[in-house]
Amino acid sequence: MNIDRPILSVKDLKTYFQTDEGLVKAVDGVSFELRKGETLGVVGESGSGKSVTSLSLMRLIREPHGKIAGGEIVFDGKDLLNLAIDEVRKLRGKKVAMIFQDPTTSLNPYLRISTQLMEVTRLHLGLSKAQAREHAVKMLRMVGIADPEDRIDGYAHEFSGGMRQRVMIAMALSCDPELLIADEPTTALDVTIQAQILELIKELKSRMGTSVILITHDLGVVAGMTDRTIVMYAGKVFEQATTRQLFASPANPYTKGLIRSVPGPDHDGGIGFYQIPGLPADLANLPTGCPFAERCDRAEDICRNEYPPFVEVAEGHHSLCHFANVVFEESSQNALNAN
Amino acid sequence: MTTENNNALISIEDLHVQFRSSGGLFSAAKKVKAVDGVSLEIEKGETLGLVGESGCGKSTLGKAILSLTEPTLGKVVFKGKNLVHLPRAAMREQRKHLQMIFQDPNASLNPRMTVGQILGEPLRTFGPAYGSVRTKVQDLMETVGLSRRYVDRYPREFSGGQLQRIGIARALAVEPEFIVADEPISALDVSIQAQIMNLLRRLQAEKKLTYLFISHDLRAVRQLSDRVAVMYLGKIVELAPAKDIYADPLMPYTKALISAVPVPDPEIEAVRERIILKGDLPSPIDPPAGCSFHTRCPFVIDECKRNVPKLVEIRPRHFAACLRITPDDPNIDENFAAGKTAIGK
Repeated sequence: MNIDRPILSVKDLKTYFQTDEGLVKAVDGVSFELRKGETLGVVGESGSGKSVTSLSLMRLIREPHGKIAGGEIVFDGKDLLNLAIDEVRKLRGKKVAMIFQDPTTSLNPYLRISTQLMEVTRLHLGLSKAQAREHAVKMLRMVGIADPEDRIDGYAHEFSGGMRQRVMIAMALSCDPELLIADEPTTALDVTIQAQILELIKELKSRMGTSVILITHDLGVVAGMTDRTIVMYAGKVFEQATTRQLFASPANPYTKGLIRSVPGPDHDGGIGFYQIPGLPADLANLPTGCPFAERCDRAEDICRNEYPPFVEVAEGHHSLCHFANVVFEESSQNALNAN
Repeated sequence: MTTENNNALISIEDLHVQFRSSGGLFSAAKKVKAVDGVSLEIEKGETLGLVGESGCGKSTLGKAILSLTEPTLGKVVFKGKNLVHLPRAAMREQRKHLQMIFQDPNASLNPRMTVGQILGEPLRTFGPAYGSVRTKVQDLMETVGLSRRYVDRYPREFSGGQLQRIGIARALAVEPEFIVADEPISALDVSIQAQIMNLLRRLQAEKKLTYLFISHDLRAVRQLSDRVAVMYLGKIVELAPAKDIYADPLMPYTKALISAVPVPDPEIEAVRERIILKGDLPSPIDPPAGCSFHTRCPFVIDECKRNVPKLVEIRPRHFAACLRITPDDPNIDENFAAGKTAIGK
């Protein structure tokens, strides 16, 4: 497997929405690369732009309110933003597949599971009805649905939440996609079911060599699933690094705060939990300086007045912060002391 | 668990809640045993965490304690008084001691009322008849960390975290002793969750509150709770002090639940052994015979399919409901203890 060739490269992506409160720059200059077989985590809170990024990749932004205002999305050597929408449609479901948070709303309640599963492969792979059905049964078995021959003609409501998410994954992987975009795929599920689904994605990934973009708010999920991670805040990439590096020595105060606010294993509750003060940034009212400055415990005047630089603190490790190098050195030092 | 406990603020005895599922055209209506014989004591000043998968009955139990859902059978004794089937007027009187915080503050606050009106309502209904309600409302807002200036704003003008603060303020308005918090942080962003947990903890210390904290988030429950009860298909299957249950869970179900929680550390995640349970929670309409966990349990023996296990004190203050776990032989399988590394130590 050639791990070095990027299968997807996003450059300076900008997706803007026209709202009552003015222009909202939901995604504002996001760049990243995804290599073959790699899993990229995209972390952020609501309003960070992580979901809009994933929708933009597949040109699923609804106009006229929303618009991809600029940038480049190069997949398989082609810039998706220059393709006719029909061409993009051919990619969706075939080379690129998506799984969303809520499997209930992504499955048609009036159609049998079999109909929905077979539609994808008949359309994209040109399978006959019988072939498509056989393929669908095989896919359901692969995602761990018992007695797929019997269950396949059921309706979505006859399946539990975890089973529906399995059906969605089966559908997403039907055409053997090169890229799987999973937007909060386990957020609506219980932890025991989440563990099953994450294990399934890992297993399928290693079997089929699929590249994965995993969008989530859960740092635990990122830690266990991804090779590299980007942290988003207010439509910007705040930090980008290999997942190990990001957790071991974060170079951005926001990332640091996020990691600290997840209750750790040895916290037995004597003192309060670490909290990031304030509210997520209001995209319609962004300050001139760093959008995180007013919540940041180390902000100085420069942070409020000047937009921060995107600093490379180590190879492949970037942070959007005036004090990126200082923060990075501090956390590297802490990591050393801890070992 | 029938021993007299002087510290108990609320004693729940053999509580049952059954719903009728609506029958289909060709099928008769069936009974759903959402809460199936729960006995539990909630001690004064403690936070009792209640965890379990969706559909296990944890929310129904919380509502049944407050008579927001009518229990079918059993007792909920609060300060010597049984709340179950209490006449409406008498229950109303008790409501000021017993309050609830809901998961979705957006859905539980009237969008057409200002914060002042939302918080003023319980104050007028129950509050002492002195002082201005508006000032009291503003004091309350300050207590939960909201600016007094926002008193005339509508819910839509607030963020999720702020709305949850309003929900908490509404519960506090009548100065209750006991609060059921039903998934109060699960709809919130990570950075906001910590803020709300800190608020709940500060209020508990200041106002000597007792909490039943219902959540599917095991990390949050560990942080906030003194004791933790694990629920499965309408029954409490394990109950212990928080540090014991995370460090040394007894039940195979609890072990799996704890080990399923992802750890925010790539180094640990890379090597950690996870216990993956097979299948989903069975339907409470037609629960398995015997131990209801036997369909997913890796240690099932024939006896488990016939006999219903009782909640037994295995170690001091540590109860478990499993036929294969006894005080003399508490470890069902040493190898299965891998789950420990997840959140406990």
